[in-house]
This record gives sequence, C-alpha cells and structure tokens, in this order.
Amino acid sequence: MLKDSDRIFQNIYGFKGSGLDAAKAVGDWDGTSKLIAKGREWLIDEVKSSGLRGRGGAGFGTGMKWSFMPKETGGRPVFLTINADEGEPGTCKDREILRNEPHKLVEGALLAAAAVGACAAYVYVRGEFFREAEALQNAIDEAYAAGLIGKDACGSGIDFEMYVQMGAGAYICGEESALIQSIEGKKGQPRLKPPFPANVGLYGCPTTVNNVESIAVVPTILRRGAKWFASIGRENNTGTKLFCISGHVNTPCTVEEAMGIPMRELIETHAGGVRGGWDNLLAVIPGGSSVPMMPKALCENAIMDFDGLREHGSGLGTAAVMVMDKSTDLIKAIARLSQFYAHESCGQCTPCREGTGWMRRMMQRMVTGDMTIDEIDLLHDVTKQIEGQTICALGDAAAWPIQGLIRHFRPEIERRINDRKASDAGQAA
Amino acid sequence: MSTDTATVEQPTSFAFSAENQQKLKGIFAKYPEGRQASAVMPLLDLAQRQHDGWLPRAAMDHIAELVGLAPMRVYEVATFYTMYNLAPIGKNHLQVCTNLPCWLRGSDEVVETCKKKLGINVGETTPDGKFSLSEMECLGACVNAPMMQINDDYYEDLDAASTAAILDTLSTGGTPKPGPQNSRKGCEPEGGLTSLTDAKGDA
Repeated sequence: MLKDSDRIFQNIYGFKGSGLDAAKAVGDWDGTSKLIAKGREWLIDEVKSSGLRGRGGAGFGTGMKWSFMPKETGGRPVFLTINADEGEPGTCKDREILRNEPHKLVEGALLAAAAVGACAAYVYVRGEFFREAEALQNAIDEAYAAGLIGKDACGSGIDFEMYVQMGAGAYICGEESALIQSIEGKKGQPRLKPPFPANVGLYGCPTTVNNVESIAVVPTILRRGAKWFASIGRENNTGTKLFCISGHVNTPCTVEEAMGIPMRELIETHAGGVRGGWDNLLAVIPGGSSVPMMPKALCENAIMDFDGLREHGSGLGTAAVMVMDKSTDLIKAIARLSQFYAHESCGQCTPCREGTGWMRRMMQRMVTGDMTIDEIDLLHDVTKQIEGQTICALGDAAAWPIQGLIRHFRPEIERRINDRKASDAGQAA
Repeated sequence: MSTDTATVEQPTSFAFSAENQQKLKGIFAKYPEGRQASAVMPLLDLAQRQHDGWLPRAAMDHIAELVGLAPMRVYEVATFYTMYNLAPIGKNHLQVCTNLPCWLRGSDEVVETCKKKLGINVGETTPDGKFSLSEMECLGACVNAPMMQINDDYYEDLDAASTAAILDTLSTGGTPKPGPQNSRKGCEPEGGLTSLTDAKGDA
C-alpha cells in the first residue's frame, strides 16, 4: 500500500479546507518561481522522465504532449486548456481536485503554461459542477490576489491568466477538439485531426489540452523530482493515481494509490471489499464505461495500470472501477451504457449517430431476450463496423462494452434468448 | 430538458438586468479581442438564471446581437447542450442520475420515490410548478451513488427515505442540506479512513 507521505493529494477528502492557507500548509505554492526559473526544457524533460501518462483516459505521455508544442508560433499566442469535463460513467476524481485541492490545479496550470509557453489557461468545467467551479474560481481569485498568477506570476517574470469556462451538459466536450469548439462558443463537435491542437487549437492558436489530474500532479512531481514519481509503480506505468471505486462494494470511495496495485487489494483495502465477499463478484469495469468489462476470473490477478489491464483485454481508462456482484443483470448494465452513448453521440459521423441508436435498441431487446441467436453475431459485427470509423473515440467507446459483454458472457445472453423463446412458446401453447 | 418549444408562450423581448449587465463585462473580458463568440455559453446560462430557469427565444436573439452572431448559431448551441431549458421548468429541477454506478446502488428507488411523492413521470412538471423530474446521464459523483442534482447542488448517498425527506423539505420551502445524506463528508470511505489517516487530526 502507498505510504501517506507519498500521496500527492493530501487533502483529497477536503478535511483541511480548499483555501490558499490550507493549500500552502500541505506544500502547494512552495518555491514555484524557482521551478519556473529552471526553464522550459527542464520542465518538459522532468515531466517526461517522471513517466506521467495523461490521467484523462487515453494515457498519452504528458511531457511528450508538451514537447509537441511549437517553439516558434509566428506571433500567435499559445493556450493551455484544462479538461474538467468529467463525465465518463464511474469517474469522479477531478471533482475532488476541483473542490478540495484547487490550488494544485492552479499551480500546475502555471507550471504547465511555463513549460509550453502559454499566456493563458482555460479550465473547461462541466456545467453540472457548479459548486466545484466556485471552489476553483475562489482559488484562482486568491492566487491573483497573492500575486501567484497574473502579471509576473510568483515573481517569475511570466504573465499568466487563468479562466474558468463552464460547459452545459455534453459528454462529448471531454474530447479535446470538441472542448476547444465549445470554448469558442460552438456546438461541441470533434473535428478531424490533423491539424492537432498543438498547431491549430483554441482560436487557431497552438494549444495543449490536459486532464485536471495530469496538471494537478505536476507541481509535486517537479518539487519531489521525476525519480521519486517514477519509483512508484513500474516502467511505463509510473506514479500514483486517483481511483474511484463504485458499485457493489461495501464502502465506495475515491483514493490515491500506487499504479499497479492489484485490483483485489484496491477493492478490499479501500472499498471494504465486494458486497457479500470476493466470491460474490461477477464482473468489474476497471476504467470507466468505455473500457470492456472483466469477469471475475480475470480480476483475480489483475494489476491496476495501463499495461496490466490491457493484458486482460481491458484498460485503465480513467481508473474508475465499477464493481458488479452476482445480483447484477449484466445485460441490463451494458444496455444502460448503450443508452448513454446513444444520448451523447454528437450526431456528426453516420456510423456513430445511427450506430449508437441501433445498438441501444438491440441491447434493449437483449435485456428481455427478444432476439435471435444470430443477432448476437450481427450486433457484434456492427460494433466492429462502428469502431475506428468515426472522427473521435465515442464510437469505439460505445462499441467496446458490448463487445466485452459478448466476449465474456455469451452463454448468459443465449440463455436469456432461449428462456424467452421457451416462455413465449409456453404462452402460445 | 424539454425542447418542445412549439407550444411555449414566448415573451416578446428580453433584456439583462442591471446586475447582470455588470456581469457581462466580466464575462467578455475573459476572451481575446474578436473572440466574443466564446461568451455565448456563459450568456445563455446567465439569461436562463435570470429568466426562471429557461431560455426564451427573445433571450437567444438578444445574445446573438450582443456577441455578433447570426441567431441560428446561438440556437444551435442552445439546442446542442442539455442544460439549456427551452421551455419553462419547475422551481426545483430534480435530476436523478440513472447511469450505471448509480443504477447499481439503487437509483431506480430514487426515481420511484420522486415519481410517487410528486405524482409525475420523468420529463414532467408538477401542476404547481414546484418540481420537474429528469433522468440524467452520469453526473460525476459515482462513489457517492445514488445521487441527484437539484438546481445547483448535489444530493448524494441517497435511498428512498432520504430522497423523501429532501422532497418534504423542499415542499415546505426549506433548503435541504446538500452533499452525502449519510455520515460521509465527501468521497472518503464510510466508517473510517483507509488512507490519509491523520487528515482529520490536522483540521
């Protein structure tokens, strides 16, 4: 288990308050200007060698992403945008950073801006997080008042502005190009890449888009050193991570743990174990709704990191662990996710717009067994035709949960269809 | 919530209040020169808050004028995002999350309790205009499931009894305490910390 002294988010539960004094008491804003003075190259290299991979789901190297930012911009300003559009079912970690540790985000934003040469940061907060945005705005106001951001931020010679922009209820705005469109005052529809935001982003200017957690861990990584962060977890999967454990556990919670903690240990140490005991476990969705579920057999020895979960045909995603015990109607669970993706499709690409609605209707029929065995294959085939055929990953995300269900629980689906057939035949007789 | 605007009685004009006029300046100041279009969403939100929780056509037209966009561009935005209400809405908008983590922990019970106590279905408003009921996609409070949002606040760790109690308080004009409805403060495990065990002592 991770030592308390190695936890970055010392106030993730909010017992100490979210103001500047409380933040300083846990070490935020300590020597920030000295870190900035080490220069852009050092900042990027340090984050690169820490091995930090983006915490928003895709797991792309944060330092690597920063290094793509052009040095010469032809007079165009550079922007940092921070993705706080948390909405992946199961995921509720950024919320805790926003409301309990907002100063880590503000300080991280300044350091990230120094690394990529950004003049301003826009934090895109989902519209429903009204109170969380208030806490963040309060931290930003405090930081301005204390000279930590704004003109000559922290006395570093850098000018840095930070703004909160609210969303209004669209999951798709968590996709980086949709997020940029939304800040520009448009419908949040993803656009084709390239050009990537690093070259043509917000207002047509070079932009880097990072998740809240990725930015909020940066100050601690820089203060304690890349080596310290990289010493936790294993190669290519380093550091600590906020895990959200929900569903059929005794004590659901969000907790910071070492990457690579075994799934069972995570659930039993922090979430009070599976309701009814480990043997009552049916399946786990380990990384938010967009990653395939894992039946209990695969959960036994699963390691909670990017590579560990990929080995089992799933993924770390946002590290939102949804636990389902044996009382769960898994078909209904996946049908609910299909309903979600159909609701959230932005409607731009035909395979996703039409496909998510079609998959939702198929899954609703599957719940009641009103389907033929052949249609399971048809459904699987259609998910394969949506996957990879759309501008953004929402199509993939809608396809994978269904694929996971069919891969691991096909006998259960067939049983339901056969039971329905038998009961219909019985009524007809 | 409802986008059925055909039957809605639309006011003929809309203007921001004096107080909101002041706020407009702060909103526009956030964006670079020539990028006022970025203010569309904050302005729609401001107008909705001023206008009893819904956006009349006149408000959208007014905002289009303020930011210098064709009205159609503003309608596009207002219809794309689910938080803009294009028809009148109850004073208390009960938004129950029914996505997977909440469903696993009993969101059906929360929805049923709301329906039964208020005598309305999902998507409806009580005749006195006090309550509207919606089912929501994930609201990002999954370790405090099941939960619902009422206007700007989250009510978490719900069950039938606590849901009923919240509705009773609202019915009598009171303000129920937001957050978890059990003994938790936030997202920590109930019944004792498993990490940061000195956290409470420092407070």
